[in-house]
Amino acid sequence: MNGPAHQAPLADADLLDIEVELFVRALKLRHGYDFSQYAPASLKRRILQLVQSQQTGTVSELTARLLHEPAFLAIALEGLSVPVSEMFRDPDVFRALREQVFPVLASYPQINIWQAGCAHGQEVYSLAILLEEAGLYERAQIYATDFNENALHHAQEGIYPAKEAQLWSRHYLAAGGSQSLADYYSARYELIKLDQRLRRHVIFANHNLVTDEVFCEAHLVLCRNVLIYFSDPLQDRTLALFRDSLVRGGFLCLGTRESLDFAPSATDFSAVNAALRIYRLGSRNPGTG
Amino acid sequence: MAAPQAIVIGCSAGGLTALETLFSALLPNLEQAIVVCCHTGSSTVELMCELLAQHATLPVVEASERAPLEGGVIHVAPSGYHLLVEATRRFALSVDERVSYARPSIDVLFDSAAEAYRDALIGVVLTGANSDGAHGLACVRSNGGLAIVQDPADAEAAAMPMAALEIAGADYCAPLAAIAPLLNRLCLP
Ligand SMILES: C[S@@+](CC[C@H](N)C(=O)[O-])C[C@H]1O[C@@H](n2cnc3c(N)ncnc32)[C@H](O)[C@@H]1O
Repeated sequence: MNGPAHQAPLADADLLDIEVELFVRALKLRHGYDFSQYAPASLKRRILQLVQSQQTGTVSELTARLLHEPAFLAIALEGLSVPVSEMFRDPDVFRALREQVFPVLASYPQINIWQAGCAHGQEVYSLAILLEEAGLYERAQIYATDFNENALHHAQEGIYPAKEAQLWSRHYLAAGGSQSLADYYSARYELIKLDQRLRRHVIFANHNLVTDEVFCEAHLVLCRNVLIYFSDPLQDRTLALFRDSLVRGGFLCLGTRESLDFAPSATDFSAVNAALRIYRLGSRNPGTG
Repeated sequence: MAAPQAIVIGCSAGGLTALETLFSALLPNLEQAIVVCCHTGSSTVELMCELLAQHATLPVVEASERAPLEGGVIHVAPSGYHLLVEATRRFALSVDERVSYARPSIDVLFDSAAEAYRDALIGVVLTGANSDGAHGLACVRSNGGLAIVQDPADAEAAAMPMAALEIAGADYCAPLAAIAPLLNRLCLP
C-alpha cells in the first residue's frame, strides 16, 4: 500500500487537533501572532472556549472569521490570552521581594523593573505600593508590558470589581503592608479605582515575548504565570530575553509553581529563594559551571 | 478499552478521607500514573500530600509543571492552578478562570488527560458537593476510557457522583470500599 488515500476515518479528537493547528496557522499567517509554541493543552482549551462564546460550532468556523473578519482578531486575542490576575497574589512572594530583594535594589540610584505579562495590572499596582512603602518608588521606573492591548488599557485604568478588595486587603497585610489597602483606592458602586498616583513611574507598553526583543536594562524582572503557557523552547527564549535585559546580579521573579527544571538557560540564574521562585542573574562565575 | 496507563481521580467535600481509604488499599506494584484533583480550601496541598502519604501504598507528590507523569506515583494537583496533561504526557499548569468556581478543576484535568491517554485512561469521580468532573468524565468515556463513580448513597457528599452519573454515566458505580480492589483488578491483569 502506498499513500494515505484509503486511510481509516479519523477519530473526532484527531480531527480537532487538525482544526486547532489550522487555526493557529491562520492566526500567524493572517495577523502575525504566533501561538505555535504555546503549551497545547491549555491553548486548545481556550480555543474551544472561543468556539463556545462565539457560538461558531466548530474551530474551522473560527478560522474562517479570523481570515475574513478583521475585527475578529481582537476578540480572538482576548480569548487566547489569559489576563487573570490578583493583587498581592502569593503574599509570601511580595514579602520576600520587600525583605530580600529591595535592600539590594536600594543601592541603585535608579531602579528599573520590568513586569512582563502584566495582564490587568493588579501586580503592577501591588509592586508600586510595595516600593512606595519601602521609600524606593521615587527612584523606580516600572515597565509594565503585555501583548494584549485590551489588557494594557484595563491595566492603565486600574479599575477592578469591589468584591475582590477584601481578599486583596488580606493579601496586602500578609505581604507586610504597613497601611490599609483602602488607603490606595477609592470605592464607588461595585468598583474600586486604584490611586493614579501609583502610576507616576509606570510605563505601560505592548511587548510580545514571542517576537519582541530586549528594550531596557532591568534590575528586577517579574514575570509570573506567563511561562506556564509556553512550550519548552519558548520558555527558554523568554528566559534568555530576561537574562539579556537584566544587569549582572539583577533579580528574576517567577510564579510560585513555575519550573525551571526543563530550561537550559536557567543555569544563568541562581536561587535567592527557591520555594518562592526568586532568582538572581550570574552569581556564579562564567565558565566554571 | 486498552490496557490502562493512567488513572485520574476527582473529589471535593469529603474527598480527603475518601482518598485515604482508596490509597491505603491500592496494590503497591501498580504501574499506572495516578493524578488527583481534590478541591481544598487551603492555599497549598503540602499538608494534604503528607496526610495522604501516611496512608498510601504508593508515593504521593505534588504535580509539578512540565514534569512527566510517572507510573506508580500519585500526583496531586497544586492549589490555585488548573492541572492539565499534555499529549506528551507531561503536566502543564494554567491560571485560566475558575471552572464552576473551582481551580484546579476536575473537568480541566479529565478533559486533557482523556485526550492524552484516549482509551488507556480510567476516570474516577468520588464524593463532592458540586458537579465538577461530570463533563470531564463524559470526555474520558467518549475517548474510549473507562469511568468509575462512587455510589452516591455511599458518598459523604452525593452531588458530585450524582452529576457524574447523570451527565457521563459510568462503567462501574461502586461503594468506596470496592473501588481500590476494582482498580487493582483492572490495572494488574
Ligand atoms: C495569567 S496572566 C498573568 C498575570 C500576572 N502576572 C499574575 O501572575 O497574576 C498571563 C498574561 O500573559 C500575557 N501573555 C501571554 N502571552 C504573551 C506574550 N507572548 N507576550 C506578552 N504577554 C503575553 C497574557 O496576555 C496575560 O495577560
